[in-house]
Amino acid sequence: MEIERRSFQARQASARDMLRGDLEGEDLERYVEERVVTTTFEKMLNLARANSIFPLTFGLACCAIEAPISIVTARYDLARFGAEALRASPRQADLIILSGRVSIKMAPVVRRLYDQMLEPKWAISMGACSSSGGMFANYAVVQGADKFMPIDLHIPGCPPRPEAVMYGFTKLQRKIMGSPDQGWRQRYRAAGTEEWARGGPASTPSPEAAAAYEAAREMSLA
Amino acid sequence: MPDAPGLELIRGEIERDHPGAITATSFDRGQAALLVDPERLLAVLSWLRDTPGQGYRFLSSLHAADYLPNEPRFGVHYELLNRDRVERIRVKAMLADPGEGAQPQIDSCVELFPTANFQEREVFDFFGIVFRGHPELTRILLPEDYVGWPQRRDFPVGGEPVTFTYNERNYG
Repeated sequence: MEIERRSFQARQASARDMLRGDLEGEDLERYVEERVVTTTFEKMLNLARANSIFPLTFGLACCAIEAPISIVTARYDLARFGAEALRASPRQADLIILSGRVSIKMAPVVRRLYDQMLEPKWAISMGACSSSGGMFANYAVVQGADKFMPIDLHIPGCPPRPEAVMYGFTKLQRKIMGSPDQGWRQRYRAAGTEEWARGGPASTPSPEAAAAYEAAREMSLA
Repeated sequence: MPDAPGLELIRGEIERDHPGAITATSFDRGQAALLVDPERLLAVLSWLRDTPGQGYRFLSSLHAADYLPNEPRFGVHYELLNRDRVERIRVKAMLADPGEGAQPQIDSCVELFPTANFQEREVFDFFGIVFRGHPELTRILLPEDYVGWPQRRDFPVGGEPVTFTYNERNYG
């Protein structure tokens, strides 16, 4: 069925009729052709994911001033891309931005944060230091964060401008809407590392802690 | 800061109480330093702290240096401060390298200056100098399973070589 374009007012009027339940027959067919888009479920899901990313409130070094701090301010405003809700817990976050050099003492912590994030999750390595070690070619700094965790996107710069971070973020959105995973999660053994997937938190309280908890519970119930 | 004659006076007084404890003095760029015999370091530090008229009661810094290839190789520096007169004096203890598998040792001054606790752990962390009598001598900044003493001069710098075209052209 060939649809010729109608004016804005005409489309508004037919939408009102649709809501009232007055649209029937030919007009209803025409309305559906105009208003409904068919797509695949994956594309719809990826569109939603790409435009509602929750970054982790997390900074490693000087790049943290540019990325998680500057780009959520009013001047740059990452909220325009649907990522204004920075989460304070990795369990609620979708995106971790490695903003700065990763020291060898911090690397296990960063990897644990990444493992605690729930799928789907993405990681951005921001700046020269977390991408390659940068100027810190020494005994204390990991020479590139992709030595210990899968990185989806590298943003160059020392530090990158907030505009560069936002450009990288839109690139990540493009990637999420396209083919998000090219198999490197498996290479880094980074799939199924969440605590629920590994069989729950591996901490059972000591007898003393359990007794203290029970005592406190009794007191609060009394 | 004691001036050069003042430094010699301090040295003379320590000589009277602890003969042979001071091996040398140096007065360079307005900074007074006493080189001490490492075995008698605690005697000198407590003398500087407790003697009336000296009163260097504040250890403002404790650090080490690696003087490779000089011998003795390691220096442990104690920066003392008199907070009444705002005078500083430096005490240096030079330690020889005992060779592979052994570590240089010196007495801990935590009993005299509690602030030395973390600073001695830092020196141990980076230079592998053992402080005898320290309450808990473990690594403080590096991971606990780190191997080696990275601030020593014979420790490799680390990192990875990067093949920039500039390096290729000039040094390749």
